[in-house]
Amino acid sequence: MMEGLMSEQMYIADKDYRVPSGCGVSGIMNEAGERFSGEAIMCSIALMRERSNGLGGGFAAYGIYPDLADYYAFHLMYETDEAKRQTDEYLRAYYTIMHDEPIPTRKIKVISQSPLLWRYFLKPREDVLAKNPRLSEQDLVVQTAMYISGKIKDALVASSGKNMGIFKGVGFPEDIGEFYRLEEYRGYIWTAHGRFPTNSVAWWGGAHPFGLLDWSVVHNGEISSYGINRRYLQNFNYSCSFFTDTEVITYLFDLLIRKHELPFEIVAKILAAPLWADIERMPEEEKEFYQSLRIVYGSALLNGPFGVIVANSQTMLGLNDRLKLRPLVAARWGDFIYIASEESAIRQICPQPDRVWMPRAGEPILGRMRRNNLAKDPLSQEATAEVFEAGREEEGL
Amino acid sequence: MAKVPIAPDFIVERDKDKCISCQVCCRMCSNDAHVYDRERDQVDTLSGRCVGCHFCENFCPTGALTVRQNPSQIRQNANWNQQMLTWVAKQAETGGVLLTGMGCDQPFPIYWDHILLNASQVTNPSIDPLREPMELRTYIGRKPDRLELAGGSDQGKGARLKNKLEKQLVLQTPILFSAMSYGSISLNACKSLAWAASEFGTFYNTGEGGLHRDLYPYGANTIVQVASGRFGVHMEYLKAGAAIEIKIGQGAKPGIGGHLPGEKVDEEVSRTRMIPVGTDALSPAPHHDIYSIEDLRQLIYALKEATRYEKPVGVKISAVHNVAPIATGVVRAGADFVTIDGLRGGTGAAPTVIRNNVGIPIELAIAAVDSRLRQEGIRNHASVIAAGGFRTSGDIIKAIALGADAVYIGTAALVALGCHLCQRCYTGKCNWGIATQDPFLTKRLNPTIGARRLVNLLRAWSLEIKEMMGGMGINAIESLRGNREALRGVGLSDTELKILGIKPAGEAW
Amino acid sequence: MKRIVIHEEYCMGCRLCEIHCLVQHSKSKQIIKAYKGEFPKPLPRVLVEEQGYLSFALQCRHCEDAPCLEACMTGSLHRDAETGAVICHEDKCVGCWMCIMVCPLGVIARRREGKKAASKCDLCAGEKIPVCVQHCPNEAITFEER
Repeated sequence: MMEGLMSEQMYIADKDYRVPSGCGVSGIMNEAGERFSGEAIMCSIALMRERSNGLGGGFAAYGIYPDLADYYAFHLMYETDEAKRQTDEYLRAYYTIMHDEPIPTRKIKVISQSPLLWRYFLKPREDVLAKNPRLSEQDLVVQTAMYISGKIKDALVASSGKNMGIFKGVGFPEDIGEFYRLEEYRGYIWTAHGRFPTNSVAWWGGAHPFGLLDWSVVHNGEISSYGINRRYLQNFNYSCSFFTDTEVITYLFDLLIRKHELPFEIVAKILAAPLWADIERMPEEEKEFYQSLRIVYGSALLNGPFGVIVANSQTMLGLNDRLKLRPLVAARWGDFIYIASEESAIRQICPQPDRVWMPRAGEPILGRMRRNNLAKDPLSQEATAEVFEAGREEEGL
Repeated sequence: MAKVPIAPDFIVERDKDKCISCQVCCRMCSNDAHVYDRERDQVDTLSGRCVGCHFCENFCPTGALTVRQNPSQIRQNANWNQQMLTWVAKQAETGGVLLTGMGCDQPFPIYWDHILLNASQVTNPSIDPLREPMELRTYIGRKPDRLELAGGSDQGKGARLKNKLEKQLVLQTPILFSAMSYGSISLNACKSLAWAASEFGTFYNTGEGGLHRDLYPYGANTIVQVASGRFGVHMEYLKAGAAIEIKIGQGAKPGIGGHLPGEKVDEEVSRTRMIPVGTDALSPAPHHDIYSIEDLRQLIYALKEATRYEKPVGVKISAVHNVAPIATGVVRAGADFVTIDGLRGGTGAAPTVIRNNVGIPIELAIAAVDSRLRQEGIRNHASVIAAGGFRTSGDIIKAIALGADAVYIGTAALVALGCHLCQRCYTGKCNWGIATQDPFLTKRLNPTIGARRLVNLLRAWSLEIKEMMGGMGINAIESLRGNREALRGVGLSDTELKILGIKPAGEAW
Repeated sequence: MKRIVIHEEYCMGCRLCEIHCLVQHSKSKQIIKAYKGEFPKPLPRVLVEEQGYLSFALQCRHCEDAPCLEACMTGSLHRDAETGAVICHEDKCVGCWMCIMVCPLGVIARRREGKKAASKCDLCAGEKIPVCVQHCPNEAITFEER
């Protein structure tokens, strides 16, 4: 099945170089945790077609697997059957595979070829965790994802979080969305990315969003501090095997929020740190606090132009670089919060928002779940009737 | 054989048409190379006495003087050049160790000249430092791996730090002045460094010569050194500085101690160093209370205890073959910063053979140390200050991209004060008033001018660093520090590239 | 008024002040010509005093109560209204040398060249900054409002 595809197009291989890219990004979140179909985000990102060039597009969706919400949902891309065989074997060594299946796609004209796309719902094996008392479940998942993507030839983990998934590939994002049948999924956070790489090599694994655990990152920009951000993360045992800025941003969020337990607002001030001149003007206590942040986390500062949307199961965050060298607009409408590269991409799906604003350099836009019982009680959410703000009725998954 | 005079190193040419016999050269040369003949109303030059400091050439009001390398040539010989012959002849004459001053002048590779910087084009914008903020501020000291917050909501409002950071040195530019002791250099030279450091917001280092009482007011910008001779080390001295540096080694003379000739130990130097006037100040090769790494730990903590943990304590080592593991040990021993002094590091006096043959280039040492500290996960625990032969802001920015937190400049600072690298610091006859205690000579260095020139140098280099950072699209120095993606090598072997941790020019990300 | 101030701790005794003063008060105002082509050689109006390593450049202090002004019988020595400098009007000077006799600092001399007249510092009339100050390599002579 796979042989014919390999030679013509590169899907996963060739990971070891860094491709700077310009892009368009969009994100929608319902803070009440109400789920809505992928149609809106596809509609939004499609409007920014000019910001991508058909060499990569993708989506992250949260709340899409309510029935399997307790298991780590792994989205895999395989270039060969052998890669799948090895991966299956590796996964079985550490997890119980509760369910696995091909990721449903539809044949469309513009996407004629794709790698083998598979999803797994995994439960870490008790005996594995018991053997390594210092290894948390999440650490195990991180290790697994890094091992598969880094060490198993022709295999790549697109996402590895609970009750979420990343769908990406080579093509314009709206085509990728159609290919993955995203209108059939319902989630409470959707983010999307249309890619404009400056390098003509296009591969499925190189598309965005980038994911790890329930993190997903879509990003427009080029990080000039990449070299040191990457070396900094290596200190904390993150191996950056994709050579993308997005990967580095994802790991930084994982490190600072999950491991160092810092709140999003503070993390934003680390990644897009205020200028020393501004810190000097702060009241004494605040000044010391921000000084310390920069002193300790200087190597985590993201320098260079970026507009980024980061999400996990509870949060969606939009952030600009410290000089605001890339566009990012935000809007609110009821329980919805929108973030996009362009205002038009928001107005396209929400013509009359309550408020639209242009966040300042380094000023985070935060969407937070008001109810965090979603994962625990999926059925009650399932039962809630939802209406997309444009008035369109959604179809269930 | 008959005694043979050694051929002069320099020839001083005097343009008779221009010379007005004003005798400025005669008055200025501390080596008496120029002599006025009253009968002929002419100035004669004894080239054999010339050390090549160019003072007379610079001050001759008519430009009548030119100092050149002696063109006299022996038969060409790849093995035995003029220098070798001169050395052998001198030693045959004196039976002594050849002494020299300043850093290694031998043609070993200078890696800075094989490393190129990056710049932004299209995909990310370069930043104009004249219009946008460009941050060079640097903190030297131990940093925790993470910050822990106490209180405050989960949205970060009102969050406070659980524990305070250890004391840091704040630098407005990642450049400090190297350790140069009072004794090896004049008080006016020390004053120039101290004034410049405090005006610009950086630090100078006392070296192992103690702290002259006139310099106590600049303590906030002083790093006080504790070396194996312990000259001038006492409680007040330790308290006076902003940080303490334990000197284990010096790039110009790894493995050996210091030597301040008695000629340079006058009344004031004697009082500051707490040694008798006119005696040689010989600091031992090792610290005799440090024969291993755990002894170093004791000294570090003894100094921390003595200063109530209010000052960072660093350790200076020279770049030797094993520098990376040694630096790791030093960090684990509790040092808040490690200074690495490379092959080209300067000195006031060192045996020529050691200066020219011992140690490794600073470029390789920075790369090795930074990589090793990162591998061991302790890079945050100490800052790395590199020293040894930085000539331009280009060298400095490359050192930072390789992984140094900041650099020490010594020779460059002295050149700003007038030094022409004649390498005769050990004679105490420095015409420029720098490496001398002779009252006829020390007054030639006006510290007001000296400090102004040093501040100018720091300002100029800082501006250049900002320009280069802006070109790379980076507006804070911490995003460049250790960012080896900003560097590419040319004309280097695969092994050298590997040690430097950089890609060859032409290779993209 | 702006005065010449001496910082003897930084005077290195090079005597470049003397040389440039001489040139400034020569006919040609060119250094090589002044030294090699003008006879008798003009006199510098500043003199470096030396003892041991102590040295400093000394020239007319342009005293507030200048005894030379009192002593001058022709009125050739006068105070310049604009700069406050004590200046010798050469045409009026008859060379009685009373000024030399009364000067407590010994900074007035007899001219060696041209007309018989007193030779003294004129703060380089016409120059914004006296040449000894301009050319002092170590800023041991400065020109300051005092």
